[in-house]
Amino acid sequence: MNRLFLPTLIAAALTLGLSACSSTGTPKAEVQPATPAKTGTAPSGAATSGAAGQNVTGTQTPSYTDERMNPSSPLYHPSVYFAFDRYNVEDKYRPMLQANSNFMLSHPDLKVVVQGNTDARGSREYNLALGQRRAEAVVKVMELMGVPGPRLEAVSFGKEKPRALGDTEKDYAENRRADIVYSDQPGYTEHLQ
Amino acid sequence: MKSFERAALWLIFCLGLLASVGAAHAALQIQVTGGGANRIPIALPAFAAQGATPAPPLTDIISDDLLRTGQFELVDTGGIPVAASVNQVDYAPWLGRGAQVLVVGSAALQPDGRYEVAFRLLDVGSQQQLLSYTFNIDTRQWRATAHKIADLIYQKMTGIPGIFATRIAYIQKQGQFYELRVADADGANPQTVLRSRAPIISPAFSPGGHRIAYVSFETNKPVVFGQDLRTGQRWVAANFKGSNSSPAWAPDGRRLAVTLTLTGNSQIYSVGVHGGDPRRLSHSDGIDTEADYSSDGRWIYFTSDRGGSPQIYRMPASGGPASRVTFQGDYNVSPSVSPDGKYLAYVTRLNGGFNIALLDLANGQVRILTHGGHDESPHFAPNGQMIIYATKIGGRGILSTVTLDGRTRSTLSDPAVDAREPAWGPL
Repeated sequence: MNRLFLPTLIAAALTLGLSACSSTGTPKAEVQPATPAKTGTAPSGAATSGAAGQNVTGTQTPSYTDERMNPSSPLYHPSVYFAFDRYNVEDKYRPMLQANSNFMLSHPDLKVVVQGNTDARGSREYNLALGQRRAEAVVKVMELMGVPGPRLEAVSFGKEKPRALGDTEKDYAENRRADIVYSDQPGYTEHLQ
Repeated sequence: MKSFERAALWLIFCLGLLASVGAAHAALQIQVTGGGANRIPIALPAFAAQGATPAPPLTDIISDDLLRTGQFELVDTGGIPVAASVNQVDYAPWLGRGAQVLVVGSAALQPDGRYEVAFRLLDVGSQQQLLSYTFNIDTRQWRATAHKIADLIYQKMTGIPGIFATRIAYIQKQGQFYELRVADADGANPQTVLRSRAPIISPAFSPGGHRIAYVSFETNKPVVFGQDLRTGQRWVAANFKGSNSSPAWAPDGRRLAVTLTLTGNSQIYSVGVHGGDPRRLSHSDGIDTEADYSSDGRWIYFTSDRGGSPQIYRMPASGGPASRVTFQGDYNVSPSVSPDGKYLAYVTRLNGGFNIALLDLANGQVRILTHGGHDESPHFAPNGQMIIYATKIGGRGILSTVTLDGRTRSTLSDPAVDAREPAWGPL
């Protein structure tokens, strides 16, 4: 699916001085790809390939067939971070969630799974429930923004799929997170209901 | 003669290998702290061997089993000759070393390649025979026979059934793979039940021990599976919208308590073992999870944050009003109720560390049993006399046991692998 966007992405990446790649500095870890932007498989793979320059013809301003690939779009990093043992969505994430909700409304064929995560401290099952609350909190906000509930699913990875593998407060903070994953992105699985 | 020497050298080489493997994979390490006022002094001299016998010796396995309970101490056997027969036991030296009981035994290789193993448990003071058994076994039953002997000795001396011949389950992480494993209660003979690139958590044995339920993330979300340990047959037990987790078998083995998120938040439901027919048991607008049935089937203990911090509550097994059980501290999770219903083991947070606590349900007294700081997933042994839990040593997960007085701990798993999420099967 993402392959369709490759030429534009390549152009964009080159024009932007490979800014897309610099964003792959976030620890990769052994997590499932949460969003294409973060795992960087499509953009970084393309940028290093030899055929890259071919389609760069007259693109002055970057144009994206998919706004989610645009590093300056609020759709680019669709993650909400949480305080220790908390699951309330802070106000600063509302513009990003509004943009994602609008994107959902303009793409009625898409579904979303919100994946909740926690840091490594404490019981695995309690953390699973805590991650679920985080994912559910994000789903609730998107529902209030008009996205129909059946197109949203909140699931939890608890502390089982940490993106940051260390034991520092910074690692913990990175893992207290809920990610929005669209049904056309890697990491999305259509679940039996 | 020459070939005999070669064979002997080869044997020494193999033993050396075993020893070095043993050092790296030392399965069982036992650590006893505190006084041993009520420990039974037992003498376990090496069994008389006829012909080549497998390693390790039966008495090593038996003594490890008994020491792990914290209810026995070994009497030094050095310098006391092995009795040629039970009728020729000289009790005087054992009495002098303070032995209460003495085990004499033999292991004889038979012409058909099997072994005849015999043992007697003798009371040193009265010179009476307490037990006498003979087993005819093949090599594969060597460890199982040692556990059987330890069970017989344990039950005779304490009046409580032994757990040495039971099985445990746990999750092992190695490289990219997660493995659900079932092993002997001392961690030996591990067998892989499921291997996956996705995380697996929360294994739970069925009451009969032939089935196991667990949570797998193989479909990118937590789903509860069941699996038959004899046939390998595997089925989906709970796969509803949202997350499905924390399976606990009802004592009749017909239904599972699971945590579902049908209302958004995690709540406890009862579902059929093969999926379907979810009935909601807990009712809060917070988190309810980690159900654990009392063995009489009357109660479910569970974790809830309904009061503002995660605490352990209890409700009737068919659902209904819940009452709070833990009050000390602001993070008490992962309840495991003892088979007799008198104690609750759980994880408590203390000064930022996570340790195993034991609550006496009759008088509310709390004892902190471990101080590892990363201690998780306590589960009672099926005889209620010790608790298995997961801890971390050097950044790796290790399975451990601790006795109810906290004084005797042992580590079961190979320190070279990352093991976690232990569960203990039935007697």
